Amino acid sequence: MPRPSPFYSRTAALCESHSWQEWSGFLSANMYELHHLREYYAIRTAAALIDISPLYKYLVHGRDALKLLNRVMTRDIARCAVGQVLYTPWCDEHGRIIDDGTVTQLAPGRYRVTAADPSLRWFEDNATGLQVQIDDISDSLAALALQGPLAGEILQQAAGPALAQLKYFRHASAAIAGMDVSITRTGYTGDLGYELFADPADAERLWDALMEAGQPRLLRAAGQLALDMVRIEAGLLLVAVDFISSKKTVFDVQKSTPYELGLGWTVMLEKGNFVGRAALAAERERGAAWATVGLDVQWDSLEQIYKRYGMPIHLPETAWGNAVPVYSDEVQIGRATSGTWSPLLKKYVVLARIQPQYAKPGTPVCMEATVEAQRHMTAARVTALPFYNPPHKRA
Amino acid sequence: MAEIYDAVIIGGGHNGLTCAAYLARAGRKVLVLERRHILGGAAVSEQIFPGFTYTVCSYVVSLLRPEIIRDLELPRHGLQILPLDSAFVPMENGDHLALWSDPATTRTELQRHSRRDADAYPEFNQMMYKMGFAVKPILGMVPPNPLSPGVDDLRRLLELGRHAKGLDARTFQQLTKLMTMSATDFLDEWFESDVLKALTAINGIIGTMLGPRSPGTAYVMLHHFMGELDGAFTVWGFQKGGTGAVSNAIAGAARQHGAVLRCNAPVAQVIVRNGQAVGVALESGEEIRARTVVSGLDPRQTFLKLVDSRQLPAEFATAIGNFKYRGSSGKVNLALDGLPTFTSMPDRALLQGMIEICPSVDFVERAYDDAKYGEFSRRPFLDVLIPSTIDPTLAPPGKHVMSIFVQYAPYKLNGGWSAQQRDAFGDAVVNTLEEFAPGIKKLILHRQVLSPWDLEQDFGLAEGNIFHGELTLDQIFFLRPTAGWAKFRTPIRNYYQCGSGTHPGGGITGGPGRLAAMEILRSSK
Repeated sequence: MPRPSPFYSRTAALCESHSWQEWSGFLSANMYELHHLREYYAIRTAAALIDISPLYKYLVHGRDALKLLNRVMTRDIARCAVGQVLYTPWCDEHGRIIDDGTVTQLAPGRYRVTAADPSLRWFEDNATGLQVQIDDISDSLAALALQGPLAGEILQQAAGPALAQLKYFRHASAAIAGMDVSITRTGYTGDLGYELFADPADAERLWDALMEAGQPRLLRAAGQLALDMVRIEAGLLLVAVDFISSKKTVFDVQKSTPYELGLGWTVMLEKGNFVGRAALAAERERGAAWATVGLDVQWDSLEQIYKRYGMPIHLPETAWGNAVPVYSDEVQIGRATSGTWSPLLKKYVVLARIQPQYAKPGTPVCMEATVEAQRHMTAARVTALPFYNPPHKRA
Repeated sequence: MAEIYDAVIIGGGHNGLTCAAYLARAGRKVLVLERRHILGGAAVSEQIFPGFTYTVCSYVVSLLRPEIIRDLELPRHGLQILPLDSAFVPMENGDHLALWSDPATTRTELQRHSRRDADAYPEFNQMMYKMGFAVKPILGMVPPNPLSPGVDDLRRLLELGRHAKGLDARTFQQLTKLMTMSATDFLDEWFESDVLKALTAINGIIGTMLGPRSPGTAYVMLHHFMGELDGAFTVWGFQKGGTGAVSNAIAGAARQHGAVLRCNAPVAQVIVRNGQAVGVALESGEEIRARTVVSGLDPRQTFLKLVDSRQLPAEFATAIGNFKYRGSSGKVNLALDGLPTFTSMPDRALLQGMIEICPSVDFVERAYDDAKYGEFSRRPFLDVLIPSTIDPTLAPPGKHVMSIFVQYAPYKLNGGWSAQQRDAFGDAVVNTLEEFAPGIKKLILHRQVLSPWDLEQDFGLAEGNIFHGELTLDQIFFLRPTAGWAKFRTPIRNYYQCGSGTHPGGGITGGPGRLAAMEILRSSK
């Protein structure tokens, strides 16, 4: 039986759909209403509150904290100033991704790391010989994501006007209704947004304070279904869907490197040795086997397939995440790993991993589409990621 | 007069802009001339009262052709349509009817009114969906002329014939009924609950000087069922920022393709030489030359104001003179200090959907009775939306804007429209609303009232008709605006029409603008 998150009394009261999923041992709402679309639109046009407490959180501190992080992470954590946040993956010794998350330097030499999977043992194993303390603070921090174009306005309402100064991927400490809250301007939506970390004992009061501040701006709770749609629009990969952690499979063919996943920009070979560096350096030399791209499924093509059945076009109502083949001239060149109809962009957007020679934006490809239990090929066009990148995300 | 444009488009309404965007996209040098200080025509958002953005005239979107959204990449230019997923009708006996996007919730609600209707309702929607699917190809097609068909006409007629052949007998029968019956007669065959009939029938009267019991209204109902959003039919939505943002998105696409858009540039007349349009003269006296002149205005202005009607064949001028407008509606926009309370509303979430003041078929028919004899309805039908509950940026935090479409308000009011009559009309609207939402009067910070006369004066809509002419069977498809001239051409060479007075008609469809552009491009190939 999954356990309730610190916000459960609030999320459960709102969860009319009674539709939950398990996330790292917690109950997480799929959608609050019977349909998730209003939550999707809240994220994109107003603001939404998402319970992200199931994330794993670690505090890394002590003399060699930076040394450890730079040994584990692919990015150069030395460049993470106090009050700054970096997104980074981490790899095994073969350069295959284990997980990804954010590193925040809360105070000099004091870092908070978020992760999708339990990572204490991996961090500790890599800390051999270092003077560093790693605390698993997963259960001692409740976490909320406040996301959407009006999130900044709501946060200032709740935590004071100083938060207007908080820049993209920066951290601030603030008080909301007298409670200490650690705030980063980060998120998994590709929109303006913040992630708030607080004492679980304050969780319910924090939720209430934010909801009250956000009520005039139509803040609503959003669940996993809406989140899955927006993260695809934002070109953000989901572990266990778009790729598999190298710790979760014993088969090499199922593992991926940062270069293959479009995360080459996070690999800092120049910073000195780190786990997987040699393999990644060699990979950079020879070129990655795969490229991660966006696909824009062509409406006319899909509509034509449905027309053969005398039907109007049908579009997916929720994001899908079961891989389907991608072809060029009837030769398979890769796989589409997840996709969704984007009600905002009015496009059928898909994340795909294909052979690099086809990765140029504009390249025409085909994706398998099943209509009436028959397999067809729908035309699609390779697109650069992200699909959606509004100016207010960074402004 | 150094510059010669390939096309000058008169009127920066959404169809004029759509036409401009398609022409510019094809490489044409295009100029749009808008009389007002703002683009959009009847699809405008304006801060009439500081801090509150009204979606001044049109207020919901559904019929905007998906191919236009894709061709012009409108989401890149700000198109964001948020779905409206409930409808609420307060009844006079204190009860209510609420329809939700969730079929099961709707079913439970309908069962309170009639168990039979609860069963019939999804079947009715399915039938209307089928009708919409049957009629849909017509919306994206240049109307063939069956009266004196050319090769292209025959091809299109054949296409239509084939499509019609694909329809089963029952669909064809329902379609014929829809074409001929009144909305209520048609609905009587489906439902027994009066309030459900009233709510469904209002789709048949919007923008039309007919009552729910008038023959022909069933077709207008179908017109409103042909909207689609993301491949789902009959879904209505609200554009973030109001419908002005739809116009701005189309304008953005037009500009991106190089079209020049000018506001505060009222056109006095089309310059015609030897039966051929060669440019336009602005009211300022400025003359602009163009190889093609396109009017996005309604047929009356296009043919009887912008050109000397002596340039037109007499028979044509007469037919245009006979085109029916008969504006039947007004618009009231309110700035509210807070959310109103409807006494019979079971769930405040319904404030985010459509609120329909049409408690019974008789209520709506009586509203029409007033209008039939030249009065505005004392208790009008109201199509109410609180856009700030969907897009909070339209009003300051905690405050709201309310959009109220009002019917009936006849253009030809006994004694004529005046400031006093407009106020009295506004009072009738607010008083009717107050019956169902007591206390709303006290929340009103500002009120904008638009009578059909105002719609004509301010937005150039002849007789205040929101569709540039009624969408009755005698005025649609190859008969819009008149037989023989439904292909966006006019009797004057190089003079085209692209407004809602042409096929496929009114509403924010963009269809006339797109189809006109395609015809212009085809003939200048």
